[in-house]
Amino acid sequence: MSSLSETAHGPGAHPPVLRHHFESLLNQKESSLLGMWVFIAQEILFFGGMLTAYTIYRNLYYEGFAAGSHHLDVTLGTVNTAVLICSSLTMALGVHAAALGKRKMTVLFLLLTIALGSVFLGIKVVEYADKFHHHLVPGPGFSAESLRDAHGQPVLDGSDTARHAQMFFALYFSLTGLHALHMIIGIPIIAWMARAASQGRFGPVYYTPVEITGLYWHFVDIVWIFLFPLLYLIPHHA
Amino acid sequence: MPEHAQAGHAGAAPAHDHVVPVSTYVMVFLALMVGTGLTVAASYVDLGIWNTPVAMLIAVTKACLVVLFFMHLKYSPKLLWVWVGAAIFFLAQLIVGVGADYLARVFLNLGNPGT
Repeated sequence: MSSLSETAHGPGAHPPVLRHHFESLLNQKESSLLGMWVFIAQEILFFGGMLTAYTIYRNLYYEGFAAGSHHLDVTLGTVNTAVLICSSLTMALGVHAAALGKRKMTVLFLLLTIALGSVFLGIKVVEYADKFHHHLVPGPGFSAESLRDAHGQPVLDGSDTARHAQMFFALYFSLTGLHALHMIIGIPIIAWMARAASQGRFGPVYYTPVEITGLYWHFVDIVWIFLFPLLYLIPHHA
Repeated sequence: MPEHAQAGHAGAAPAHDHVVPVSTYVMVFLALMVGTGLTVAASYVDLGIWNTPVAMLIAVTKACLVVLFFMHLKYSPKLLWVWVGAAIFFLAQLIVGVGADYLARVFLNLGNPGT
């Protein structure tokens, strides 16, 4: 741990994890956190463009959106919400363990987070397969025949409601796809952190990479907290 | 490991390193689970135009819990609060601005731009 600082500045000059262009570890850590929060601010607007499209089209095409939403499996959506919240807890506990220098606990919680994230993606695959099976993927093969309107009647292909429901599924796949992509990117990063933690690279003085990975993972959880009611729970009335 | 490491600017440990007790994380986790149950339950009750506002209110509450405790914003420098506020402000501007344009088209009978 101390060989770098000894060669550069003599014994005990500063911890080896401190980069030279930072004044102190605090300065370094706050810079890293600020960088991550700026990235998250950008991510909010990244999803925000699609959420704006969702807001506009849901108000213009309410019946089609309600018909599309009612096809989604609320049980699977609820289970996935719970799975993702569990993974946020294990992530928070992983960061906590890293801050206390508990190496084995850090690795354990990070691996649990990966496992829960994988369960979420697995359930998502089951849901996507159902949409393909029912021809609900937007495009030339789209069919609204499996959808039901507010009166329980089938939605006829070629109707306005069918076209509007196709817009719902376009936004459903865009939003959940972008969300899933964030998780697919997040899981290898958490695995990388688990490996570094197992090598003893983190402790009370320096665990910023784990904390920043946690920020990313919690942000992805927050996105889902909004996507779940917006996509799965559109009421037929109103 | 002290609960508050109040080291100075040049200290070895970051000053805002607030180690949140595990019980806080568990409480937040339970609140998030209850919030999820409430969201689903409320969606089966006919609240008229209030279904969506209620669902969004619960979602915003859950998001605040995640940001404040899981993401440690409560214990972070005010500079980070400014960035979070800015992001929310820009998102609101985006949705309200575009929404106002569409509403105005309806009021002015300029035709439905979505068709």
